Amino acid sequence: MLEHYTVSRRVFLSFNYVFLACLGIICILPIIHVLAVSFSSSAAAQAGYVKLWPVQFTLSSYDYVMHKPAFFKSILVTLKRVAIGIPTNMLLTVLIAYPLSKEAKKFPMRTFYAWTFVVTILFSGGLIPLYMTVKTTHILDTVWAMVLPGAVPVFNVILLLNFFRGLPKELEEAAFIDGAGHWTTLWRIFLPLSLPALATITLFATVNHWNSWFDGLIFMNSPDHYPLQSYLQTVVINRDLTLMSSADMKSLTEVNDRTAKAAQIFLGALPILLVYPFLQRFFMKGIVLGSVKE
Amino acid sequence: MILPGLILVLIYSYGPMFGLLIAFEKYVPAKGMMGSKWVGLDNFRYVIEMPESAQIIWNTVLIAIMKIIAGLIAPIITALLLNEVRKEVFKRGVQTVVYLPHFLSWIILGGILIDILSPTNGIVNQLLGWFGIKPIFFLGSNTWFRYVLVITDVWKEFGFNTIVYLAALTSISPTLYEAAIVDGAGRWKQTLHVTLPGMASIIVLLVTLSLGNVLNAGFDQVFNLYSPQVYETGDVIDTFVYRIGLVDAQYGVATAVGVFRSVVSLFSISLSYYLAYRFANYRIF
Repeated sequence: MLEHYTVSRRVFLSFNYVFLACLGIICILPIIHVLAVSFSSSAAAQAGYVKLWPVQFTLSSYDYVMHKPAFFKSILVTLKRVAIGIPTNMLLTVLIAYPLSKEAKKFPMRTFYAWTFVVTILFSGGLIPLYMTVKTTHILDTVWAMVLPGAVPVFNVILLLNFFRGLPKELEEAAFIDGAGHWTTLWRIFLPLSLPALATITLFATVNHWNSWFDGLIFMNSPDHYPLQSYLQTVVINRDLTLMSSADMKSLTEVNDRTAKAAQIFLGALPILLVYPFLQRFFMKGIVLGSVKE
Repeated sequence: MILPGLILVLIYSYGPMFGLLIAFEKYVPAKGMMGSKWVGLDNFRYVIEMPESAQIIWNTVLIAIMKIIAGLIAPIITALLLNEVRKEVFKRGVQTVVYLPHFLSWIILGGILIDILSPTNGIVNQLLGWFGIKPIFFLGSNTWFRYVLVITDVWKEFGFNTIVYLAALTSISPTLYEAAIVDGAGRWKQTLHVTLPGMASIIVLLVTLSLGNVLNAGFDQVFNLYSPQVYETGDVIDTFVYRIGLVDAQYGVATAVGVFRSVVSLFSISLSYYLAYRFANYRIF
């Protein structure tokens, strides 16, 4: 750096660094605070001694949460949902985005189909009719109720089809001359070239399935089938005490509501906190390529 | 190739649209959609005459507009400031951290916020206490609730929204800056005359697109933060539909409210897409 800074420039720059650092801190401080609470003893948490570092460090709230069958069950439901939901989302996204990325000349009904999908983001039947549809298709109270209604993520389709269109046409033409059909071209040419976009929409689909709670809450009749976030909603936000057994109540006196909640909040966020830093570099590229067009 | 996706969309997106018919019925689940009594516009009339209606629409629009404005300014400023940073490591670090809340659900963030904003042992009120301010029940006070919604929404999303602006900034040609320097422009003048005009088109685009969201004040957030104490200022159309529809089981009435919301949304979103196409040359695909 050979640039010579004026005094005002230096003042601005130091201000800028401090400000941005503060901004970053504000974004994670609440999470660190809750983490500290979860590792603190119930007495310290209740008295409000805990700031950003655990006071009287203990794992008892994690021990309590881990031995809660309902918490465990809900994690299994979420894992099942993610395992079925993401491949479904990805497969459908690719299968729709590929034909729609073609010119209208090659795929005459393109505009019609494209609008059929886009209309669903503009207009929807709303909550109650959706519930009735899910009910009439007999998937209520099964994992499919959380997979099928959102199986086509139209927004991701748009991201991917824009990415496909940005790929050089010559590659496709060359593949066709070499005798490849549409499936081969999609599988051997388009998909390998679209890894940043695919990584981005996989991240979106994963976060979406991991974070969804409302569908679990309304489509699952039995709390045993709640995915993790729906379960957390009832326990952490709604304080639904009917879901607690008397044994829970007893251990609550030792663990304390606040630290137990903090532990569950943190465990609910943990997978995303772990996966996210690794996928970050992909999604920067993926989103930008999909959203900013010249 | 397109068939499986098409079938699912027809069932789960277009199927419910037929369900909108129950907005015109006195719907009784046991009798089904065909068997229930047809009441024409009675449900709509009932909704309009409900005392809460005006308040709920007002809440929805007000909260949404406050969020749209604050949610536009914060990421623009952040992007401009980040753009001045030359140390890559610092820039990356800040970016990583500010994007993070976007990826956490409102359940997780709601749980965190309920804890830190608690009037008895929340850390925010402890901090205020050091300055001699009495504890404020942020989530239970009609004066504060809307601001909490707006601030926490900006907190969750501003980092993520900076991505688009940062992308716009990197696409501004460096020759423009060189020309400005030759003309004697300082950093501030460069920002004013090169950077901002360079971002103008993307800002116009996002402003127009956000107009489509006037009836969307964010169900997830409101639902997880509100309580009966703040229905007066915090109840929005979506939470209202949930309560009268699924909690009180007034299916016909709730669907009527839903129809109203969908129609207005369809209109405002179409208008915003049209404007975006007209003035920013934006197309969805």
